[in-house]
Amino acid sequence: LGHDIHFLDKKIALLEAGPRKEYDHMPDSYSNRVSSISPGSATLLRSCGAWDHVCSLRLKAFRRMQVWDACSEAMIVFEKDDLDDMGYIVENDVIMSALTKQLDAVADRVEVFYRSRAVRYTWPLPSHSSDTSPWVQVELADGRRLQTKLLIGADGHNSVVRKEAEIKNIEHQYDQSAVVATLHLSEATDNNVAWQRFLPTGPIALLPLSDTASSLVWSTSHDHASELLSMDEESFVDSINSAFWSNINHSDFIDTAGAMFRSALSFLKPSGTAVRQLPPSVAAVDAGSRAAFPLGVGHATEYVQHRVALIGDAAHRVHPLAGQGVNLGFGDVACLAHHLSAAAFNGSDLGSLQHLLKFETERQRHNVSLIAATDVLKRLYSTTLAPLVLLRTWGLQATNALPPIKVRI
Amino acid sequence: QLSLCRVTVKRPFSSSHSSVDSKEMKKFQLLAHKWWDEEGEYAALHSMNDIRVPFIRDTLLSMSSNYHLGNPLSGIKILDVGCGGGLLSEPLGRLGASVTGIDPVEDNIRTADQHKSFDPVLAKRIQYKSSSLEEIVEESMETFDVIVASEVVEHVADLETFIKCCSQVLKPEGSLFITTINKTQLSYVLGIVVAEKIMGIVPEGTHEWEKFVPPEELERLLESNGFSVKTVKGMLYNPLSGSWRWMESTSLNYAVHALKAGARPPPPATGTLPQTDIQQPSATAGTAP
Repeated sequence: LGHDIHFLDKKIALLEAGPRKEYDHMPDSYSNRVSSISPGSATLLRSCGAWDHVCSLRLKAFRRMQVWDACSEAMIVFEKDDLDDMGYIVENDVIMSALTKQLDAVADRVEVFYRSRAVRYTWPLPSHSSDTSPWVQVELADGRRLQTKLLIGADGHNSVVRKEAEIKNIEHQYDQSAVVATLHLSEATDNNVAWQRFLPTGPIALLPLSDTASSLVWSTSHDHASELLSMDEESFVDSINSAFWSNINHSDFIDTAGAMFRSALSFLKPSGTAVRQLPPSVAAVDAGSRAAFPLGVGHATEYVQHRVALIGDAAHRVHPLAGQGVNLGFGDVACLAHHLSAAAFNGSDLGSLQHLLKFETERQRHNVSLIAATDVLKRLYSTTLAPLVLLRTWGLQATNALPPIKVRI
Repeated sequence: QLSLCRVTVKRPFSSSHSSVDSKEMKKFQLLAHKWWDEEGEYAALHSMNDIRVPFIRDTLLSMSSNYHLGNPLSGIKILDVGCGGGLLSEPLGRLGASVTGIDPVEDNIRTADQHKSFDPVLAKRIQYKSSSLEEIVEESMETFDVIVASEVVEHVADLETFIKCCSQVLKPEGSLFITTINKTQLSYVLGIVVAEKIMGIVPEGTHEWEKFVPPEELERLLESNGFSVKTVKGMLYNPLSGSWRWMESTSLNYAVHALKAGARPPPPATGTLPQTDIQQPSATAGTAP
């Protein structure tokens, strides 16, 4: 918003709980918190000038995504026809640094309060004939007071803004945690493929960071997660390799059924089955890079209220299996910025529900289906029951063979 | 004696004609505190901003060569006649214009003043006055770049006087924007019966069909009083979505943009005499206020 031409006259305050993060060059080791950035999100970052900084720091583009089942041979491969980048794996710190640089460029319009925390919000009363200010009052921990026409809550899935605004949140904690780590591969490779295998305990994903390093995101039960964190490095690496390579979950029945379906498909649609590539094997893990955090799903019943808007995880929380969490958030940003820019150009009061509701409708329509689909996938792949495995095996194989569905995904 | 005969050079019209209708004033007085409830009685006027503000903004931008990013209307002096609670004055002020809002109903002005007072930027850019158009003519000759009279002319008692006063306070080549309702069978059915009595989109009794103005008559009055009509566009309200949009037909609501003739008309190619400047004091000047 700071870079929007219709906002030249406005003042924006950004309350950031963390410290200022700016890097001129990245440290040698990779951070274990990374995100998969979609091309759409990259466009958004490009539009505010941050993408150049990201590129000059560090990122890894991937061209292909292979997703397969642990219980069968079924596999689906995503790649763009024109061999364009499908997405980018970027460390979160890199994105923060790039955004910080761009915020500095508009420091006269955007004031960032680092290491700040809001302790109290005072909402405007709906009746306009009162004597009290019709704006939102925010009191910070250090005693400073701010008042604003629009408060945007981007404070994560435990959003305080959402709670204080009394917006109901439908949430469910998964009985899973995600284990992250920075891994070193056994041998250098092009490493431009993202790998994900659905184990009965949860999906394990390997996201490329460089020719020799990848980032691990392994969603599994809480118990298994703590085991993984506490075991020694060699055992950890062994677990990862066996998760990707072992076939113990296969059953003859499923294998035969799957093979039958596959030959039927290749008969009907010869180009529909792709070559299965083998994921790289892991040699070592970066010391101290192992961490775990609990997973859940959530969706706020409203994204907006008079003078309040929620974006990102504050509005919706999703399982990492689709790598979409941050991209949904970026999508919210692009949409809200678009509507606020138009409202500013119309001279409207920025906190007015009229345009906020347009943002809410647009994003809810988009987000709800994706969140629901991700949740369904998570549940579908959490089982070894033969009928469901068969269903998802055939479903995956069929989806792999049918370009229209793949493109939509 | 002298104080009784205030003879001023430029006062061409007697003030025994007022364009303010006292019955109309009473209607609006009752609802003075409801202006800013976006979902209340004035909801349709709030959502009309979505088309009338861009209309005014884009017309003015297309006529000027300076463009201040972030403040597209900065430097422009606008008079909002019949501003009510300031629903249109505020967005114009936010876009950078210096706005003077006038309305004969004092309660409206009070509501408008209070609403703008919370925003330091608007408080400086907008000035409200409880007054009729005639009352400010004397002190505001050729002061404004733009006059906006939105949903007003269907409430005035004497439209021609109103237009003449607009012309007086407007700078040469200034713009006049009017939005109002056409006088057709359709506007009676939809604008009065449905809108007021059935659906309650407009508070009952707000409008009188007799006072609706057909665009042809408005154009005639404008053209014969030194204006040249540049744009006439039809507007349509969708009560289900609560939103307005433009339409071809002017049979219901419509908007007009007219330009006041310049002080020096362009030199005519055939050498004919220029039109009489309407600023000349007429022979009927001299009646006391």
